[in-house]
Amino acid sequence: MSTVAVAHAEAEQPWVQPSKGRVAMFCLIIAESAIFTIFVVAYVYNIGKSLYGPTPGQVLEIPFFNSVCLLSSSLTIWLSEHAIERGRIKAFALWWGLTFALGAIFLVGTGLEWYKLIYHDGLTISTNLFGTTFYSLVGLHASHVILGLNALLIVLIFTLTGHVRQEHAERIQVLALYWHFVDAVWIVVFTVVYIIGR
Amino acid sequence: MADSTYPIPGSVEATPRRWSQAAVLEWLNSWVITVDHKKLGILYMVYAIFFLLVAGGEAIAIRIQLIQPHMHFISPQVFNRLFTMHGTTMVFLVGMTYIFGFANYLIPLMIGARDMAFPRLNAFSFWMTFFGGILLYYSFIGGGGLFGAGNAPDTMWWAYAPLTERAFSPGNAPDYWALSLIITGFGTIGASVNVIATAFCMRCRGMTLMRLPIFVWVNVTASGLALITITPLTAAQIMLLIDRYLGGHFFDTQAGGSAVIWAHFFWIFGHPEVYVLVLPAFAIASEVIPVFSRKAIFGYPAVVAASVGIAFVSLGVWAHHMFTIGMTSVGNSFFVLSTMLVGIPTSIKIFNWLATMWGGKIRFATPMLFATAFVIQFLLAGLTGIMLSVAPWDWQLHNSYFVIAHFHYVLVGAIVFCIFAGIYYWYPKVTGRVMSEKLGKLHFWLFVIGFHVTFDIMHIPGLLGMPRSIYTYEANRGWGTLNMIVSIGGLIQGIAVLIFAVNLIWSYFKGKPAGNDPWDAWTLEWSTPSPPPAYNFATDPVATSRRPLWDIKHPDDPDWKYE
Repeated sequence: MSTVAVAHAEAEQPWVQPSKGRVAMFCLIIAESAIFTIFVVAYVYNIGKSLYGPTPGQVLEIPFFNSVCLLSSSLTIWLSEHAIERGRIKAFALWWGLTFALGAIFLVGTGLEWYKLIYHDGLTISTNLFGTTFYSLVGLHASHVILGLNALLIVLIFTLTGHVRQEHAERIQVLALYWHFVDAVWIVVFTVVYIIGR
Repeated sequence: MADSTYPIPGSVEATPRRWSQAAVLEWLNSWVITVDHKKLGILYMVYAIFFLLVAGGEAIAIRIQLIQPHMHFISPQVFNRLFTMHGTTMVFLVGMTYIFGFANYLIPLMIGARDMAFPRLNAFSFWMTFFGGILLYYSFIGGGGLFGAGNAPDTMWWAYAPLTERAFSPGNAPDYWALSLIITGFGTIGASVNVIATAFCMRCRGMTLMRLPIFVWVNVTASGLALITITPLTAAQIMLLIDRYLGGHFFDTQAGGSAVIWAHFFWIFGHPEVYVLVLPAFAIASEVIPVFSRKAIFGYPAVVAASVGIAFVSLGVWAHHMFTIGMTSVGNSFFVLSTMLVGIPTSIKIFNWLATMWGGKIRFATPMLFATAFVIQFLLAGLTGIMLSVAPWDWQLHNSYFVIAHFHYVLVGAIVFCIFAGIYYWYPKVTGRVMSEKLGKLHFWLFVIGFHVTFDIMHIPGLLGMPRSIYTYEANRGWGTLNMIVSIGGLIQGIAVLIFAVNLIWSYFKGKPAGNDPWDAWTLEWSTPSPPPAYNFATDPVATSRRPLWDIKHPDDPDWKYE
């Protein structure tokens, strides 16, 4: 069996195991991915099945600015991860705050888009099948953005009050994993809703 | 071993002798605020056993209703609620909690850790599950319930849309069903994350992944599967609530929505869910059978690989529940073949257990009796499963009592038998007392007889065409005698479970003291006192092989020489 070779040697070797925070966050991301998969499948399955308008082609506009903001927040949070790892708290606070701002811009952008859809185009969640699938999928993602922004804000407050130090780098990175996930999901949602579905 | 066995003051969770109000409140408080994996494990188990009795009672009521033609023991409305609640309770409140009961209590002890990776998440997960169950049963009295026919879910445990839409279920019954299961679902996700993080990140020195007890491996697999199994159901239930409360059209066929997609979403959850429930049963059997055969498990890597293999294959078989829904022949063929594929890893496991017993010095104590019956019954359940995986056969027998008999063979014959095996096996560790063998054997024989009387016979009315979920039937169908026998078997099982409940309580006070290691086993939990102190191990143990306690007990013939 494959374990024979290590049976004696391991007593002297350092005993290293994966970080439990990372493992747990990966598990959560897997679970969340399954939820998103089901909503994405429901969206794709129902493309073009609405019996009456408005259709995606008539009302949806591609949110370029929004998407650029959200995706670049992945870069800024990565920079802040690097900063905290090296103990540069000021740089960390700057990049982290910028991440929060970019996420907030995305959320405001989604809000404006929804405002336009609801009040100008008359599309609500109960208007037609497109409205149901659109608001639930984009809303599911937006609710994850809100959750992430809350977490980012808490860390930001702790940073500004001087409670975040270099030893918290790993926890910050675990949280950043979640944010990367929220960004990655947007790529899928964007592709499905604004490119394939339109 | 010596340094972890000295008695620790205050480690025994003895009930206070003086039942003053303050003492009782303090005792209750200690259970509510606890984050200790052992106490939470016990809470999960008590919760599971409580709901096992409740849902068992519902099953008895269903069987009395069906005992002969034209019975009116309960009303049709109540009958619908009872079989829905029976299924929902057994799957979500019994099945999904027993697995975390065993996993919580045992995994940290088996891998030489002092607690789970996230103790507070653990407590949170339990209480979410707890309140989900309370909410589900609150439906009997709350929100328009109690008066009239009650408001408990009555749409079968799969709650097929569009029956659950507002137009067809105007009350709150589907809401209770969806909301309470979303809540228990969050509990399940938290607990699964915790199990995986614990097994990968909290192992003691020397406990490499290929030395993890099979129990831990299989539970990790089940938890990983739960992560991607429960969540599709949560998503589908959110869609259902959007339809019901926000006027959405996911399952509204009049607006272009689809009823079939609910069936797909439900079974994408529903079928892997069966494996989430049965894998921990395999885990228990894989611990009990070697110890009582006095042999190390045969083919450890094969057992692990087969478990992971089952998890993967199970993700691609869901639509075999939907052969009659009208898929293409390509779709049907795919799901026929993928379902038959499940037979390969499961039979690998059966051969492993048989080969472990083969040539062993078998001791038929109560846990081993249950585990042996499990192996036989699981094989039979698998064989009817292969029959039902053939689409034309399924067209004939879909939603008949044959299907009911098949899946109860798995759920009772495999899972409940293993739950009993596990409880008899680990009860001494948890309470410090061995359960009565005399009552245990009585429980086993009554239960195994009742089980076979019920579920062997139940195949026949299915073959004769008796559909599931019917309130009653005509006398000239020829199902009467068979249903009578099935119901009598159900009552025998009920009596057996009551004997088990008596045994649980009696042994807690009067059972034989267990000592550290009553079964002469070899995993690390048996190296601690019974019950283990709050911090489990006084010094961190070191695993030298797959059977660390064996190595300690037999320094002249340690296992690591042979691995």
